[in-house]
Amino acid sequence: MLADVNQRAHVQVLGPELEQNALVDLPRVRSVGIIWWRILSFVLVFGAWEVAGRAPVSLAFPPFSAVAAALVGLTLDGELLRAYSDTLPPLLIGISLVSIGGVAAGIAMGLLRPVEWLFYPLLVVMQTAPMAAIIPLITQFYGVGAAAKVLAVVIVSMPLVVLNSYKGIRDTSTSLLEMCRSFMGSKWQEITKIILPSASAMIFAGLRLSISGGFIGIVLAELLITPTGIGDVISYNSSISHYAEMYAAIVSIVLLATFTLTLLQRLERRLFGAVPTFGQ
Amino acid sequence: MDADPIVKVRDVSMRYENGTHALNAVTLDIPKGNLVTLLGPSGCGKTSLLKIIAGLLKPSSGEIRINDRVTHAPGPDRALVFQDFALMPWANMMRNVAFGLELRGVPRAERHRIAQKYISEVGLTGFEEKYPHELSGGMRQRAGLARALAVNADVLMMDEPFSSVDEQMRRKLQEDLLALLRVEKKTVIFVTHSIEEAVYLSDRIVLLSRHPGRVMRIVDTGIDHNAAPEDIRRDPRYLDTVDDIWTSLKGYLN
Amino acid sequence: MRTVRIPSPFSLLIWAALWEVGGRGLQSDLLPPLSTVIGVAFDVVHLPSFWKALSETAQAFGAGMFLAIVLGIPMGVLMGLVGAVDKLANTWINIFVSAPLTAVVPALMPLMGIGQTTVVATVFLFAVWVITLDTQAGIRKVNGSLIDMSKVFGATAPQRFFKILLPGALPEILTGIRLGVVRGIKGVIIGQIIISLLGFGALFEEYLQAFAMASFWALILIVFALAFLFVEAIAAIERRVDFYASSR
Repeated sequence: MLADVNQRAHVQVLGPELEQNALVDLPRVRSVGIIWWRILSFVLVFGAWEVAGRAPVSLAFPPFSAVAAALVGLTLDGELLRAYSDTLPPLLIGISLVSIGGVAAGIAMGLLRPVEWLFYPLLVVMQTAPMAAIIPLITQFYGVGAAAKVLAVVIVSMPLVVLNSYKGIRDTSTSLLEMCRSFMGSKWQEITKIILPSASAMIFAGLRLSISGGFIGIVLAELLITPTGIGDVISYNSSISHYAEMYAAIVSIVLLATFTLTLLQRLERRLFGAVPTFGQ
Repeated sequence: MDADPIVKVRDVSMRYENGTHALNAVTLDIPKGNLVTLLGPSGCGKTSLLKIIAGLLKPSSGEIRINDRVTHAPGPDRALVFQDFALMPWANMMRNVAFGLELRGVPRAERHRIAQKYISEVGLTGFEEKYPHELSGGMRQRAGLARALAVNADVLMMDEPFSSVDEQMRRKLQEDLLALLRVEKKTVIFVTHSIEEAVYLSDRIVLLSRHPGRVMRIVDTGIDHNAAPEDIRRDPRYLDTVDDIWTSLKGYLN
Repeated sequence: MRTVRIPSPFSLLIWAALWEVGGRGLQSDLLPPLSTVIGVAFDVVHLPSFWKALSETAQAFGAGMFLAIVLGIPMGVLMGLVGAVDKLANTWINIFVSAPLTAVVPALMPLMGIGQTTVVATVFLFAVWVITLDTQAGIRKVNGSLIDMSKVFGATAPQRFFKILLPGALPEILTGIRLGVVRGIKGVIIGQIIISLLGFGALFEEYLQAFAMASFWALILIVFALAFLFVEAIAAIERRVDFYASSR
């Protein structure tokens, strides 16, 4: 089953971001040199974008400068603020629900065999499933409200959080557990002093993944429902062929997601040292 | 110096990119047919020196002469046995042993025939189809040795080859190595941090200090390696040499 | 007291039972009981609309994954071997691997039309980043002494690449492909949902519009099952090389 391969380093359970971290460090300034490379890479990409945008191939691909200008424009006239005030609350609520409920479920799975038995196969299937297919159902029948968006976020991000928390618990080092027992630690002490601290790194990683999944869920929901949120800004501007504004909105959400995730990764690194690697 | 040393190390210094000064003006000779050990505490640059002689590393200054020709790259005249065995985990033992020949383009039947000879010489007959993860540490190292012998190089270099196996296996491998070298007349450059191992196996021991690595002493052991293994360890020269070297090492250990 | 161990997958039967009982009990139009759904599933699978959707989806998915693999692996190799490429590309690839790429799909539509091209591009964009990163990691992970060993025995650069680097990186590359496939499946569905003219996306939309909920859930089950089987097939291949992954 998928479970066996998951014992190795790049556990699909953990989601791609974790593999990314397990294998490749988030770029951080190791030396002054790295910053210049990063600047160069931005210059190259934005430069290429500018040139490609000016090529007379399609109006639907605006150059970088136009998008940057539109981004500033949208920020200044409050359009982005309005959009995110519709997008962010359901996103945050959804993430909170998933964080509390998902982590609790994952811990329960990790500690209690019957719970694991019951939930594990279901979650394994949900991992590979394109949960996004259910979102049109939600938007069609639960309408335009925040509730629909929260549900979308939860459906897309729940499986990974549960599985990561579960795996974090299961991966607790046996020798640490034996050590605790040898010093006559109680089961409760084992859980609170060994298992949970040991699992916290993966639990945190799972939360980080849920955020990235949450963004996907809410953007999809908003692209399908109008007229709210950043998804609506994207589709509206697309429909009136204001492509620079559309790209600006897309860039804004990608920026927001990247920024949030980077912050979390830094926090993770500070709290837990090196971002977790597995199966080695 | 000796007549006709097969390997000449002249004034080799090594400074790594991160500033570590591994070796400083090392000069020594490896006489043909001898087993010479580079001995010293960790950080003395012995593995760096071995890699430089093997051609895997370019020294910051100085030169290596093999058969009196200056060399700075790997060549068919030298073969290396690795501390962590360096066997390809996805290939079976036969393919691993024949790998050096495979890289040279020797046809399959031929290279398997040659490999088979050395597989039996190191005592691994019957395990040709096994994969590295199915072999014990001692067997893996024998395979590494067979691979190095199969390419028929003049100089065999061994980088702490027995340090990843347990003590009993280590002794056995040492004895087997001596037995093998009576048949295969090779020049061997051996790296270890074990004094007993060095004295047991070597005709010559080069003591290196550390930070940076420098030749402190060269000891010619004068031990007859054709004697029976147990006799070697009871030979007074063995015991005296071990003591002598330990005293020297203690002296500049700190 | 000996406990009887029932294999875990049997817990799915409990969920199935829950669905059945819940569906009957709730009497909701939105969620018919499982038995109804399974019955309808057999019908759906015989409809020409299903096969049309399947072939459209498979084509877009196949083309997108092919591109992602054929471009992603070499890119990953380059990044693993050439420091400059890694330093330039790393930031961007890390951004894209966790960005909500769903938001990018509307940008593709005016450029590539409302058709298969956009879906293919979506699959490609969803899958390629993780394939690149995992390939790079696999290359980097190859044991240094294996490379030294091959140099000592006279390997040329192409020999080192094909006989040591690629086999050594293969476990990670396969993992990257599996993860890429999971994302690609999400990509093809999301792309189709946003366009809603093609493939399973269109079929889901059709059933929802017609309020044919049993058909909707039947299709969900079928698509989820297909996705699971496909990914599991790749995991099986991954397991075959797994034997040397940990002993590298």
